[in-house]
Amino acid sequence: MFCEKAMELIRELHRAPEGQLPAFNEDGLRQVLEEMKALYEQNQSDVNEAKSAGRGDLIPTIKFRHCSLLRNRRCTVAYLYDRLLRIRALRWEYGSVLPNALRFHMSAEEVEWFNHYKKSLATYMRSLGGDEGLDITQDMKPPKSLYIEHFLPRWKCEQLIRQGVLEHVLP
Amino acid sequence: MSEAYFRVESGALGPEENFLSLDDILMSHEKLPVRTEIPIPRLGAFFQERSGGAETDHAIPQGSKLELPLWLAKGLFDNKRRMLSVELPKIYQEGWRTVFSADANVVDLHKMGPHFYGFGSQLLHFDSPENTDISQSLLQTFIGRFRRIMDSSQNAYNEDTSALVARLDEMERGLFQTGQKGLNDFQCWERGQASQITASSLVQNYKKRKFTDMEN
Repeated sequence: MFCEKAMELIRELHRAPEGQLPAFNEDGLRQVLEEMKALYEQNQSDVNEAKSAGRGDLIPTIKFRHCSLLRNRRCTVAYLYDRLLRIRALRWEYGSVLPNALRFHMSAEEVEWFNHYKKSLATYMRSLGGDEGLDITQDMKPPKSLYIEHFLPRWKCEQLIRQGVLEHVLP
Repeated sequence: MSEAYFRVESGALGPEENFLSLDDILMSHEKLPVRTEIPIPRLGAFFQERSGGAETDHAIPQGSKLELPLWLAKGLFDNKRRMLSVELPKIYQEGWRTVFSADANVVDLHKMGPHFYGFGSQLLHFDSPENTDISQSLLQTFIGRFRRIMDSSQNAYNEDTSALVARLDEMERGLFQTGQKGLNDFQCWERGQASQITASSLVQNYKKRKFTDMEN
């Protein structure tokens, strides 16, 4: 059956515990695109034959390959889109500088997308809250007070706690 | 679970699957029994035992009984059944429907699916005369099982839930998980930890992995 490689890509992503970004499967994607090219060319050829040699019986075959092309396209787009959703989540959970281990899992285009997203978010945040702007990636949990033990102001700590550098000890 | 990752949800219980939903793509990969109504040339290689030889142009013969994935069956089906006719998988037929109506809770829907409800809902596209009975059966089966799923998800705190979810289909597992999240969030709030900032779970998972990488 066609589209087996495409299903592998989908399963790989589905298996990754929610939110985690597996390495970009460049090889797998390339194989899916190659299969699509082969299907398309076979169909082009069969369509010509159906028309010129009166082979109307080839129409079910053409339809079969066409469905497979659509399926490969769906899997490819869903794969790329779901990865972008995970990469977007990274900005909110890791901050704007990603550890190298994560960046190596992204394709060049995905890194570019992340940079664009970062920029859009920064522009938006600057436009809020008057002169200084408003960091909406802070205060993800409702605060009880403005200070934390050891008297570090809360707004300085939140990023560092989320990144696992500090631990929040409640009184 | 990452709090900022919002995956595309399944649409399978509604009129159409969601194009971008990984769950729906996996669901539509499941197979169903079909019958070819005309020969399909040049694709015999996929079903070698039935394939015609060169004289048929390596066709899948007319009248072949095959198992095709849902996505393909949907694509090739039309209401005149010119290319394909579709048979209902056993679990959606009358025999099993009777079992479900007797006691929906005993059945292992994971083994039967694992996308029992989603796949069953999308089956309605094939205009079977049994469609009304199938949809009723899906609904009543869910109603019969829902109470237990809800109760167990709200009472299993900090324990191994694998036995509880073993016989649930994918949609029910999602429901169970949602219930568990609600329970955990509530417990956290009761302990006064709702305002405690914690390391993002994503970060924690990556740290755990890095540690085991170092150990290897």
